[in-house]
Amino acid sequence: MTQPVVEVENLTKRYRGAKENAVDGISFSVAAGEFFTLLGPNGAGKTTTISILTTTLNATSGAARIVGHDIRREQSAVRQNIGIIFQQPSLDFNLTAEENIRFHAVLYGLYPFRPAYSTMPRAYKQQVSELAALLGLENEMGKPVKKFSGGMRRKLEIIRSLLHKPGVLFLDEPTSGLDPLSRRTLWEYLSRVRRERGTTVFLTTHYLDEAEGADQVCIINRGRIVAQGSPDQVKAQLTETYLLIDSQERNKLRDELRRLKVEFTETASFRINLHGNDVQKIIKAIETPLSLVKTHDPSLEDAYLEIIKES
Amino acid sequence: MREVYAVLTLAYRDLMKLLRDPARLISSLMFPLLFIVILGGSMQAALGSGSSFDYIAYIFTGVFAQTLFQSAAMGVISLIDDRENDFSQEVFVSPISRYTIILGKIVGETLVAMVQAIGVVAFGLFVGVRLSIAQLIGLGWSGIVTCLFGAAFGVIILSNLNNRRTADQVFPYIMLPQFFLAGVFNPMQSLPWYLDFLSRISPMRYAVDLTRDIFYIGRTDYANAIVQGPAYNLTLMAVVFLIFLFIGTFMFVRKEQNR
Repeated sequence: MTQPVVEVENLTKRYRGAKENAVDGISFSVAAGEFFTLLGPNGAGKTTTISILTTTLNATSGAARIVGHDIRREQSAVRQNIGIIFQQPSLDFNLTAEENIRFHAVLYGLYPFRPAYSTMPRAYKQQVSELAALLGLENEMGKPVKKFSGGMRRKLEIIRSLLHKPGVLFLDEPTSGLDPLSRRTLWEYLSRVRRERGTTVFLTTHYLDEAEGADQVCIINRGRIVAQGSPDQVKAQLTETYLLIDSQERNKLRDELRRLKVEFTETASFRINLHGNDVQKIIKAIETPLSLVKTHDPSLEDAYLEIIKES
Repeated sequence: MREVYAVLTLAYRDLMKLLRDPARLISSLMFPLLFIVILGGSMQAALGSGSSFDYIAYIFTGVFAQTLFQSAAMGVISLIDDRENDFSQEVFVSPISRYTIILGKIVGETLVAMVQAIGVVAFGLFVGVRLSIAQLIGLGWSGIVTCLFGAAFGVIILSNLNNRRTADQVFPYIMLPQFFLAGVFNPMQSLPWYLDFLSRISPMRYAVDLTRDIFYIGRTDYANAIVQGPAYNLTLMAVVFLIFLFIGTFMFVRKEQNR
């Protein structure tokens, strides 16, 4: 098995002066090429986690490795190997698209610094024009970013973050503030990037639907991991199928259920958690005439909303 | 080499951000304009005509140094909220050292302040300050020294701040008193001991005085305008610059990740 691209072990962060841990002993690992989603409500600890993994914040305890580099001891190597899309736009709006890209390229040591585009090395110019063509921005690279739409800015940021060929691309709630159409184009573009380059993607989001296409989902709440695995596994962990029954003769039904040793909770009707038990078997055993029989199979969204409500 | 390119990139970015933003450029020249043209002009008209004291030249040189010192200091202090802003977020996660970031910021804010210096000199010429080529060159290098000194002052302040709110709150305490204790507008020759003490611990004073050392060389009113000679001011500024820079950078880098 190949080494994971992101390995997190018992990571904990308590901000100075805070009473509770913002991130509370989380562990997970992300394999190369995987699409990983950290899902959780606002304030769950997603941005804190991403800040620690991208070396802008020190953890209180625990360890993490990115592409084999320790986040505390090998910060420079970690930074060289990651690309980041921040929650807030990270572009200089008064500068041109090309300048925003050029500054990034120089800071990552890809090219020497030159004050004008025309004096930059040929390889750089070629890379920029290829990227511009990919985005359909051939004639826009010399224009200030403030003239770009929100969706175009996001695309420009993604392109820029891939310039130094990072092993893993972090996206911190990249779609907040985008209209539905820009959101969709962004996802289409991202999946193309993943297909063509095999880039590992580490996404944080509070939208469930954005997590559904992931290879691995980690649901985090109040700094702790609540559920972890493929979207299907997470659903199985979080949701429970149950049976609802009721009768005109409630007392009789209640006695019968007790006699049959079926666990239930009584509210407006009788709720029986199935725990994998066969519905038919239960129904067959009951002799009291039933006025209601209903099985309920909650969606992942129901489960996720439960989590958010608790916080 | 890569860190050198990074410093150049960061500095160039700061300069371009100013030049592409005419509104910011104009507003940064608003205070020098008010001070030199209105304050200087009115002082000269009301008080200067009967005496030998050249108010216009005095206020011009004071405001020149104050503008550069303050611009460089506040520019460096702006690193406090850069982690959440525009391209600066990128800078903090890029694989360059934190020392390079500080250095790039210092060079960049020096360039930004020197652009403003051109405007300040233009105002001076407009209100009738006479400048020789030698004086202009002198102002050029004392201006750069002032910017670097102001930037180092910014680094030590920055290293003691936690967020933009506190930065805005401390501004009236760290900058405004220096306007008057540094002798930007008011002569510093015979101060009562307590004001003299406060003046001596105001870093801006040495930048203002150095600027006048250069500007007033060979003028008959040299002794009236300056407090200490250039050698004294330069030596003191060099020592304080190094102290502010090293302690400030060390503290900033350490604090940056231990939130």
